[in-house]
Amino acid sequence: MQHQIIKSAIKPVLSSSFLREENIVHAGYLDMELLRFSTAGSVDDGKSTLIGRLLYDSKSIFEDQLLSVKEASERLGGDEVNLALLTDGLRAEREQGITIDVAYRYFATPKRKFIIADTPGHIEYTRNMVTGASTADVAIVLIDARNGIIEQTKRHSYIASLLQIPNVIIAINKMDLVIFSEEVYNKIKTEYEEIAIKLKLQKIYFIPISARDGDNVVDASTNTPWYNGETLLHLLESIPVHNIDSELPARFPIQYVINQDNDKFQDYRGYAGRISGGVFKVGDTLLALPSNRLSTIKAIDEGPVELNEAFTPQSVTIRLASNLDIKRGDMLIKLNAKYPKYSSIITLHVCWLNVRPLTVRGKYIVRHTTSETSATIEEIRYKVNINTLENNKDDKTVLMNDIAHITIKTLHPLKYDDYIENRITGSLILIDENTFETVGAGMIISDAEVYSYNI
Amino acid sequence: MGHRELTHLKELESESIFILREVAAQFERPALLFSGGKDSIVMAYLALKAFYPAAIPFPFVHIDTGHNFDETITYRDKLVKRFNAKLIIGSVEESIQQGRVSEEKGYNASRNKLQTVTLLDTLEKYKFDAALGGARRDEEKARAKERFFSHCDEFGQWDPKNQRPELWNIFNGKKQPGEHFRIFPISNWTEMDVWQYILQEYIPLPSLYYTQEVFERDEVFYAALPAILRKPTEKVLWKKVRCRTIGDITCTGLTLSTANTLEEIISEIAGSRVTERGGRADDKRSDAAMEDRKKAGYF
Repeated sequence: MQHQIIKSAIKPVLSSSFLREENIVHAGYLDMELLRFSTAGSVDDGKSTLIGRLLYDSKSIFEDQLLSVKEASERLGGDEVNLALLTDGLRAEREQGITIDVAYRYFATPKRKFIIADTPGHIEYTRNMVTGASTADVAIVLIDARNGIIEQTKRHSYIASLLQIPNVIIAINKMDLVIFSEEVYNKIKTEYEEIAIKLKLQKIYFIPISARDGDNVVDASTNTPWYNGETLLHLLESIPVHNIDSELPARFPIQYVINQDNDKFQDYRGYAGRISGGVFKVGDTLLALPSNRLSTIKAIDEGPVELNEAFTPQSVTIRLASNLDIKRGDMLIKLNAKYPKYSSIITLHVCWLNVRPLTVRGKYIVRHTTSETSATIEEIRYKVNINTLENNKDDKTVLMNDIAHITIKTLHPLKYDDYIENRITGSLILIDENTFETVGAGMIISDAEVYSYNI
Repeated sequence: MGHRELTHLKELESESIFILREVAAQFERPALLFSGGKDSIVMAYLALKAFYPAAIPFPFVHIDTGHNFDETITYRDKLVKRFNAKLIIGSVEESIQQGRVSEEKGYNASRNKLQTVTLLDTLEKYKFDAALGGARRDEEKARAKERFFSHCDEFGQWDPKNQRPELWNIFNGKKQPGEHFRIFPISNWTEMDVWQYILQEYIPLPSLYYTQEVFERDEVFYAALPAILRKPTEKVLWKKVRCRTIGDITCTGLTLSTANTLEEIISEIAGSRVTERGGRADDKRSDAAMEDRKKAGYF
C-alpha cells in the first residue's frame, strides 16, 4: 500500500520550537475568540428552535444530522423539518419529550467559536440553569412576544444576575405571531428594563426575533423596519468579553507542583495553575497565602516556552526566585494588588443541587479554587422565592433547586473574593461527606444588601 | 497595556491543561486512554505541555482490538518512546481467548463493542481510578451531556440521569472505593478545533490519515484489509481517501479526499457537509447506539 506523508513541518518534540506561534502561516482561522453563552427556556418558547436556527444558519449542521432529524420529524408526524429536534439529546428524553440536563452545543463563525450551555427552563431545573450559567459570558433570555414577561422570565433573569453573567440578551421571540408589532416589542422592553434595574443586571440588549422564520437571528429582518439594532448572531459575534478579567486583582491558585531534576533541568520547581484574575509578569513581587511569604517571579512557563507575562485564564507554571514551602491550595497574589479576604466564616448564596435537603449544623466538604476543607452550615438566613424574588425568612427548608442565603464555618480559612468581583475566587461547591455528590453551588457575598431584591 | 484576549484555541488548551493537572492532583492512579486517533494524539501533546519539563505522571493505555492499522501501532510506539511514557496494552484478542467475550461473526463483525469488556478489565487489573479519554461533546448527542469528570459506578457504568453537576471550573473527583472516573479534557473542542490545533502546534500525524486501497459498503468506503471480511460483490477499488476519525479497521469509514497537507485537510473539513462520525459504522447500529455503549462503560 502506498502512503503519503502529511507535509507539515515536523519539529523535534522536546524542544521549544514545536509550539512557536510565529511559524504559523495560515493564521486566518486560528485567531478566533471563544464566547460561552447560556440559554434557558421551556418547550414552548422556541429555545430549541432558536438554537437549531443558529446551528443551521451558521452551517454547523451536517447532512447526516439533518437527515436523522428529517427522519425523526416524519416519525413524529410533522410535515416540515423540526429544527428543535437538532438539539434533541438522549433516548430517555426523546421518549418523554423533555430535557433532563445541561447540553453543550458548538458552532463557529469566522469571528468566534461559540459554546452554548443549553438548559431546560422549568423551576425544577434551576440547578441545571445555574450550572449552565456558571461559565457563561452571555445569557439569552427568551420571551414569547404573545405572553410578555412571565414568571419564568424573572426566574431566568434572576439566575443571570445571581451568577453574574456580564451580558444578557433579551430575545423577544415569535414576533411573527404579533405581526411584528413595534408596540408589543416596546411594551415588553420597557417592562423588562425595570426588572433589569432591580436585578442589577450589568449589560442588557433587546432583539425582536422569529426563531422559526429566522427574522433578526442571522440576517436583519425586513419585517421590523423600526428596529435598528443588530441581529442576534452579529451581537454574539461582537459583544466584548474577557477583557475585564485581566483588570482584576491578580490571583493564582496553586494547582500542582512540578519538580524535575536532571542534567537539562536542575532543581526545576514550578507552581502550575490557571490564572484566576489579573496579569502576572516576570519580576513581579508575589505574596504567597496563607504563609505570607514573599518572592519574585523568575519565569513563567507555558510548556517549553517562557513567557514575559500571562493573564486570565491562562494555564501556566510560575517559577519563583526563592524556594517557598507552598503547595496545592495555596494562592499567589501580587504584593501591590488588593488582597483577597481571609476568613473561616463565609456568607454565601447557595443553590441546592441534591434531593437530600441542606441541613443546618450539617457538615460538608468545601471545594474552593484548588483548595479543599470541610465546613458546617451555621445558619440559613433566608430562602429566595425565585418566582416573586422575595426573601423568605420564615421558611428555612432548603430543597433541591432552592436558592438560600447561608453562613458556613470552614475548618481552614478560605482566601476569597466576593463573587460579584471575581467569579472564580468567589465561588465554591459543597460536597456530601458520605455520597461525595456535589450538593451545593455557592456564591460568596460579604454584603447581603447587594443581593436584596424587591420586585 | 496591550489587548489581552486569548484565541479560542489557546483558551481551549488552557482549559484542557487545567483539567489534566486536576486529574494528576485529585487521583491516585490515572491513565490516559490512547487509541492512536487524532484526538488522543492531541491529548498526549496537551499532557506533555501540562507537566513539562517533568514526565507525564500517568501511563498510556491502549485497548488493542487486534484489528488496528499498522500505522497506528507504529505511531503509538514511537510517541510513547519520545514522550518517555509508560504504555499498557489491553488486548481484545486475549479477552476473546480467555472467553471473556465472543467474537462477532459475518460481514459486519467488529470488535468495537468487545473493547468495552477489555477496557473495564484493564482498568480493574491496574486499579486505575481515572481514565482520561479524548471524547468530545460535539461528536455525538449522547456525549453532549457528559461531564468533564464523568462518574462511573463500581460496574464501570455511566448513568446520564444521575450525573454530578459541574460548575465553574471546580471539579469533584471524590469517589467510593471501587468506583472510577472517565475524564474528558477536550470535551469542549470540535473536530475543527482539533485539526486547527494540530496545525498550530505542528503535531505530526500517522500517515494513516491517507490510505488508498478500499472497498465500498452501504455508501461508505472501508480499508481493504484482512480484518474485514468482504462479500464476493465488494470489489477492491483504488481511491484517494483519508480517515477523519480513526478507530478499529472494521468500523473506520474513509472519506474521499484530495488533501495533501494539514491545511488542505482543514479546508476540506470546513467545507464538509457530513459529520466525522458519519463514517463510523459503530454509530450506525441504532439511533441511540452511543448512548447504550456509554452506559455500559464504553470510552
